[in-house]
Amino acid sequence: MRNALLAISLLAVFAFFLYVAVNPGDFGGNTGDHLIFGEPRYSDMDDYFIHNGQNQTGANNIVTSIVFDYRGFDTLGEASVLFTAVLGVGVALRLLRRDKNDE
Amino acid sequence: MMSKIVRTQANFLYTFILIFGFYIVAHGHLTPGGGFQGGAVIATGIALVVVAHKFDEIKRRIKKTYLTTAESIGLLSFIITALSGMSVSFFYNWLANSGLLFGKPVPYGINPGYLNTAGTLPIMNLAVGIEVLGGLGVIVLYMLHFVKGGERDAA
Repeated sequence: MRNALLAISLLAVFAFFLYVAVNPGDFGGNTGDHLIFGEPRYSDMDDYFIHNGQNQTGANNIVTSIVFDYRGFDTLGEASVLFTAVLGVGVALRLLRRDKNDE
Repeated sequence: MMSKIVRTQANFLYTFILIFGFYIVAHGHLTPGGGFQGGAVIATGIALVVVAHKFDEIKRRIKKTYLTTAESIGLLSFIITALSGMSVSFFYNWLANSGLLFGKPVPYGINPGYLNTAGTLPIMNLAVGIEVLGGLGVIVLYMLHFVKGGERDAA
């Protein structure tokens, strides 16, 4: 039963993406132009970063200015994820080693 | 433990890998790369030492306490740098174009790339680089200790 539900929902999502890919509507658009699969829309956000990033953050590397300044919260999350991952590896391996030593 | 050739090459390359990693971290606001990538490169140097040498030599050279401390200090200084712009907003780049440390204004367009620019970005790059080198190095050491853990008690 659960597997059948899973298969049906997967098929539905797949069909949706197939529909979007084959029949480009105005998903994600705001001007009414058709969005063509594989050809991303002209974006105001990109132009803003490219034209103002150097003046506002003083960094030549626009990617760094986005990752550490405009989208700083995202980087904070990434750093926390790495920290938690190291913590998890430590705990898991320590538990495994204790099991091995108990035998 | 690998053969003497591998050990000699590892000793030789270790320094240069560290220098290259810190170069990537320090120039994160000018060239491709940054804290995460540079930290990963430095952790590669640690992994090289771990692969090439025998257990006692690794324990003598790479202290796990230092790496865990580096990881914690990196994350803490990242958050503190983010909080330091709190008078305006979280993650506010108050050092950019201010004339202070890393505060030189940068000319628009193509320029040679000045190290003394970009405000808080180089500080955050350094913090994240320290954190990533600590984190990945600790993971490598944990795996080594897990492999060797049955034979002797690893610190």
